[in-house]
Amino acid sequence: MKLIVPTALVAVLMSTVSLSETFPQRIVSAGGDLTEIVYALGAEDRLIGFDVTSNYPPSARDKEQIGYVRRISAEGVLALGPDLVLGAHDMGPPAAVDQLRAAGVRVELAPRGDSAKGIPEKVRFVGQLLGLTDKARQLASQIKADLSREAARAASKQPKPRVIFVLALGEGEPMVAGVGSSAAKIIELAGGTNAVTQFKGYKPMSREAILAAQPEVLLMMDSAVGRYGGIDKILERPELALTPAGQTRRYVSMDGMLLLGFGPRTPLAIEQLGEALRQ
Amino acid sequence: MKRIFGLQTAAGFKLFAALGAVVLAIAAAELAYGPVSLSLSEVSSAILGWGDASSTAIVTQIRAPRLLLGIAVGTALALSGCALQGVLRNPLADPGLIGVTGGASVGAAATIVLGDALALELPREIRPYLLPVSAFLGCALVTSFVFRLSRHAGTTSVATLILAGVAINAIAGAAIGVMVYISDDRQLRDLTFWTMGSLGGANWTMVAVTLAVVSVAAAALATLGRALDLFQIGERAAFHSGLNVERTKRNIALLSAIAVGGATAAAGPIGFIGLVAPHMARLIIGPSHRLVLPASALLGMGLLLGSDLAVRNIVPPAEPPIGLATSLIGGPFFLWLLLTRMKGRGLVA
Repeated sequence: MKLIVPTALVAVLMSTVSLSETFPQRIVSAGGDLTEIVYALGAEDRLIGFDVTSNYPPSARDKEQIGYVRRISAEGVLALGPDLVLGAHDMGPPAAVDQLRAAGVRVELAPRGDSAKGIPEKVRFVGQLLGLTDKARQLASQIKADLSREAARAASKQPKPRVIFVLALGEGEPMVAGVGSSAAKIIELAGGTNAVTQFKGYKPMSREAILAAQPEVLLMMDSAVGRYGGIDKILERPELALTPAGQTRRYVSMDGMLLLGFGPRTPLAIEQLGEALRQ
Repeated sequence: MKRIFGLQTAAGFKLFAALGAVVLAIAAAELAYGPVSLSLSEVSSAILGWGDASSTAIVTQIRAPRLLLGIAVGTALALSGCALQGVLRNPLADPGLIGVTGGASVGAAATIVLGDALALELPREIRPYLLPVSAFLGCALVTSFVFRLSRHAGTTSVATLILAGVAINAIAGAAIGVMVYISDDRQLRDLTFWTMGSLGGANWTMVAVTLAVVSVAAAALATLGRALDLFQIGERAAFHSGLNVERTKRNIALLSAIAVGGATAAAGPIGFIGLVAPHMARLIIGPSHRLVLPASALLGMGLLLGSDLAVRNIVPPAEPPIGLATSLIGGPFFLWLLLTRMKGRGLVA
């Protein structure tokens, strides 16, 4: 009897020790949405490195920078000594992923999640890897509830303004979001209509086609607005000045990762964009 | 005369020994230095197979394949650049000029953009090799086309060859433009990164294939020193000196296409080395192709490995594209060489 208590104690202690050891403690995250999820789960102290798309929360920018998610360097990541590389579904190049695995690093690629349904899935996926299953389940259902509330609210409102999302302007034709792009998805969730129906993904769109699409609202990322000399300069461009959006000066400018990240902040993005569209 | 010749060879031998030592040092550094800091004893025990699992994986799976791929690619680009400049008697010739790189790029772009559908049908093990194989095929197709165009009545016209290359490059550019237009944004990003070139994708299968292809072509190119020297006095004079001019031209084109095709398929288009390594070699060692060919090979290796070493270590854990480093390191070095040599000959105050 005397022996049993300490043995049980030791067993309990050992199991907690091994539990905390099985879950990764040095995580490299290659994907801005995944980084945000790790922060939302309160596990940011386990993160040691990020890719360039991880710019939120601002403190994430202070950690080690591994470069672009499709172009990671295997040895660079290894140098950080991670016990888990958490990658977006399209992390690459494949050779680097193979090399990381060959060096004994655990690499887990998140499910593709650029839709309202995909976000809770990604949250549960990250939670499971981090050993925070319960917390992740809570967060996932919270996000799911927020998403459906915001989407329902947006869906009930009329009219649905025709929105054009301009990714980049540059010298040539503007790069515009077409059918099925992440921008089109967020526009529709927020109660707008994507004004562009002629092509899929992000493509340069001819100036006349933009005029013909008759967008009522111009949507851009903050960084892009800054890069092309401010909203006044942009609205002066002939392909935009002559559209309803240009004539009424209706535009929305949002942080890129908030708008297109499809992470924990997407309900907020839908709310903000929806409000701006209904003004 | 004999003494002078002997002196030249001795000087040449010294220069070669110095070049070789520099390249060897860079190659050793490529194995020893990287974002993961390993001690020299860890590196050597990893090479001998005594190291722990992680340092062995870093040295044998990441650094060693990169080193060998760098050697193969640097040699291939420099030798074919040297041979093409010699045979075309055009100091601005590089493998890009006759459409070799353009053809490889079209093959790669088509695979990146259209290959997804095709790749799903193939077994998993073959899929990663789809891109290098089609890049190589694109290169072979375009080069043979350019040569067929420029061949009239049994002779190959160098002028037509260059013009056909220019036209082919324009067509290749348009074909890539079409691929860019129909690509989705992931494919577009992959395409952009591929065109910047990288040794980062090296694995042992790719290294083995590339080394095999390149070493055959490079060994054959390296023997063409005398033929290239004869070409410098003009095709007619070379013919009268007993050189089979037509066969030499065809061989050089074929061998360059094989070497550059293999290199580009494995590492993407890496510019500048094919153009500049031969000039550096000429500035260092003089005009004789028997010496210029091996010297350019060494310089090409050194430049490429040095650039790779730089991009791996400059902003770890990230890695900038290698093309930036080849120009940033090679450009100033070339200018310095040019100016000191011109000063030496009293051409610049």
